[in-house]
Order: sequence, then C-alpha cells, then structure tokens
Amino acid sequence: MARSSLALLALGGILYAFLYAPLLVVVAYSFNASRLNAQWVGFTLDWYRSLFDDAELLAAAANSLLVATGCSLLATVLGTLAALALWRRRRPLLSALALGPIAVPEVLLGVSLLLAFVLLEVTLGLLSITLAHAVFAIGFVMVAVQARLTAVDPALVEAARDLGASPWQAFRRVVLPLILPGVLAGALMAFTLSLDDFVVSFFTAGAEASTLPLKLYAMLKTGVTPKVNAVSTLLLLLTISLIILAHRLTPEILRHDRGDTR
Amino acid sequence: MERLSRWLALPPLAYLCALFGLPLLLMVLASFQWPGEFGGLEPALDRSEDGYRLNLTLESYHRLGEDGLYLGLLLKSFLYALVTALLCLLLGYPLAQLIARSPSRWRGWLLLLVVLPFWSNFLIRIYAWMILLSPEGLLLGVLNALLAWFGLGPVQLLYTPAAVILCMVYVHLPFMVLPLYVNLERQDPALLEAARDLGASRWQCFWRVTWPLSLPGVYAGTALVFIPAFGMFAIPDLVGGTEGIMIGNVIRTQFLEARDWPFGSALAIVMTLVILVLAWLAAWLARGKADYG
Repeated sequence: MARSSLALLALGGILYAFLYAPLLVVVAYSFNASRLNAQWVGFTLDWYRSLFDDAELLAAAANSLLVATGCSLLATVLGTLAALALWRRRRPLLSALALGPIAVPEVLLGVSLLLAFVLLEVTLGLLSITLAHAVFAIGFVMVAVQARLTAVDPALVEAARDLGASPWQAFRRVVLPLILPGVLAGALMAFTLSLDDFVVSFFTAGAEASTLPLKLYAMLKTGVTPKVNAVSTLLLLLTISLIILAHRLTPEILRHDRGDTR
Repeated sequence: MERLSRWLALPPLAYLCALFGLPLLLMVLASFQWPGEFGGLEPALDRSEDGYRLNLTLESYHRLGEDGLYLGLLLKSFLYALVTALLCLLLGYPLAQLIARSPSRWRGWLLLLVVLPFWSNFLIRIYAWMILLSPEGLLLGVLNALLAWFGLGPVQLLYTPAAVILCMVYVHLPFMVLPLYVNLERQDPALLEAARDLGASRWQCFWRVTWPLSLPGVYAGTALVFIPAFGMFAIPDLVGGTEGIMIGNVIRTQFLEARDWPFGSALAIVMTLVILVLAWLAAWLARGKADYG
C-alpha cells in the first residue's frame, strides 16, 4: 500500500497547489512595484495606499458592507425560522423553496429577479440587491442551524413548557442558547456570500448602485491596474477569516455545504 | 406546538414565494409574451371594447427552435459543462480519497482547505487565472518556452474555450470533492481488507469495491459541477473571447442589451429544463446504485 499512498500524497500536494497557487500569485503581485503582472521588481505598499484615494472604490466597498449586513440580518432571521419550522417536521414546500435558489444556476436567479423587480416596480439599487442576496442566503443559514438543531432533545422544550415557560421563553432560554453557534455561523456565511456575490448583484443592481465585486468586474473588463491585486488581497483576507470563524463555530457546516444540500 | 411551528414557517415561506417562486412564474409567463417596443413586455392581457383578450405567443420558442445558433450554443454549453464535470471528477476523486484516508484529526482541516477557495471571491479566482494565462504571465511563458524547444509555435490560452474550461474546473472543484468525500469516508475499510484477503489486486479492489460503492457520490458531484457550469456567464465573459461564449452570455445579452425579455426568458427556461432532466437522471441513477449497494 505504501507506494500507492505516496503517489496519492504527491498528487494531493499538486492538487492543493492547483487550488492555492493562483490566489497566492494575486497576493504576491499586490506587493510588486511594477505596473505589470509580470516580473517581480520590488516590494511596495503603494497599491494599498492608492486604494484609499479611490473614492469610487471606497463607496463600492461601503455599499458592499451595507448590503452584506442587511442580507445577513434578513437571512439569519428567516433562515433560523425556517430551520425551526422544519425541526422534526417535513415541509417539502419550505425545503424546496429554501434550497432551490442554491440549486438553480445563478444566472436564472439573477434574470428572474430582475424581471420581477422591474415588473413590480421595485427601484433597482442597494435595497433590491440586499433582498435578492437574502434569497440564496436563507438556505445556507437554514442548513447551518439545522446542523445544531438535530442535536437538541425536544424533551428539553417539553420540560421547560411543563415548568410553565411560554413558547417564547422556552425558545429564548432553552433552544436558542443551544443553536446559537449555528445561527452565528449562518449569519457569517450569509454575510460572506453577499459580500462575494457577483452574478445576482449584476442583474439586480440597476445602473447606479455598485458593490465591490461589480466594481472589480468593471476593472477586469476595462483594464487591470495593480490596484485590483490589492483589493483582491484584502477581500480574500476578509472572507477567508469569516469562513474560518464560521467553521470554528459549527464544524458541521462543511458537511452540509452546497455539496450535501442540493 | 404544531400550530406554533406553522407560524414559524410563514415568514420564510412568504419571503421565498415572493422573491423566488413568483419571479420564476413571471419569467415563465414572460417567455410567452410579446416584447415591448422599448424593452420590457407587452401586457399579457389586451383590453379592447369587447373585454379582455389573452395576448400570448409561442414566438420566442419558435425562434429558439428554428435558429440553429441557439440550439448550437445550448449543445456547446452542455459539452463544456460535461467536460468540466469529468475533469473535476478526475482531479477531485484522488483528492477526496486522500482526505478520507488521512488521520481523522486532519480531515476537517484538509476539507476546509478544499472548501476555502469556494468561499473566496469568484471574480478574484478568475482574475488569478487571467494573470497566469496572459501572454506575459509566468505559466504561459514557461509553456511557450517548452514548446519553442520542441520547435512548436507559441500558443495563446487566454480568450479561448480552453481557458473557459480551465477556470470552470478551478471554480467548481470543491463541489465535486465534498460529496465524494462524504461517500468515501463512510465506506467500511473491512470491505477492502476482505477483497485483498480474497486475492484481489489493488486495481481490482478499486474497480470492483471502492468505485461501485462511490457511484452515488460520483453522480451527486457531477450534478453539482454540471448545473452551475451549464449556466455560467461570468467565466466565458472574462476569459472566453468570442469563441468561448456560452448560453448564459446570450441570456445576459437578451436581458441587458438586446432587451428582448421574452426571448431571454425562453432561453433561460429551456436551459433550466435541460438541467432539471439531467439532475433527475443523476438522482435516479444514484438511487438505483444506492439500493444495489
């Protein structure tokens, strides 16, 4: 077995390199003193400094944080409610509606929301982006909370009720503390998903509003400057820290990631 | 408690009906409507002196069926997505197996390392490949130097279909690894030992024990990669050039540039139907295998 294990290990190393090397290249170039993404010239922090002079970019970043916060709040409340409603019960319609947006191609979600917003005369802008992001984030929150709920013994709730707790007290004092790590992990995931989303934002943003990924896309289309490397590095750092945090709160989310739920 | 649970379901149900169910229904309806003169839609109900009259048409579907261009693009997107899924399988299988066989205290971290890039920004991951594949980039420089050594001309990768496939494999690899890992980790190692004791070679062990048992994971992973890859529009848009465009790009154009919403809706619906049929097929195959296993 030793030789085949060694081969598997080597192949694994190559595959992890395949996953990470491209991202490391972006990070490395963000410190490169050259204007081109080619030769290494020398170390600089100029590109990071130039970010703070770019008013449009800063505004886009602020928009992204605003939308991500709104989406996270909305999706966390609705996703937690959905998980509670599905606790030890089958509700096929609710499951399908919560997981459906994760399962369909993003472009379908984007164009159908654009169509609905325009027909229902919802002004396209930060609000429409936030509402749209929550549609696919709810499913992720729901799954993260469900991962915790399966371990909660319903007898605990019954005991609390028998001792005179109202349904709200039973939830607030018994269930919520037990599922809180899942709720927080779900909130972080919803925040990250919203912060990263490009496709759905692209269709629901309208002409005026811009988020960081939309700005990034415009930069990639019209001409790449080393600023892109610096923005990308900061964004990578932020989202990766958020997800590691979510993973520490509820390791089960990995198992029930997109992979398992579709 | 039952009544309470129903109340809890109400807010998410209402939200998702309004912002997921309703938009899809509106799109189905739109695909049968006439396009408006300046974009948008003609009303589905015509009002005349003698009351209301339905104003629907199959025009968009006719156009889709008659114009070989769009059917060709659907077929092309199907092939790109299929090749992407197969390449992900080829790369993801050994990776999943490596993680499943590693000591259990490492597994969580190794899996997290596979999933992390999925959570990093999608555009950044494509941008990284735009750097690597650009003519003055590192990767292509080495490749072209090698080719020149063999007396072959320099190749271009950026803005070709090959770049589209490469980026799609890169972006979707985690979707393949997750279900495969879940399956492989649950397999009983005693089965392999038994096969070895009965004289099976390493290859026989794999092809006759591990692989057949992993088929549900293979089908799930293939579907998870295939579905988003089929409707992809950002990757072809950024690295595909004119030759690499897919059905997602045309849907985007119909909505944002041509402003022919009925036709864009019809394209999106046909795309979704193709995906649904294939996903159903994958689920059916996986279920059959699970019963057998």
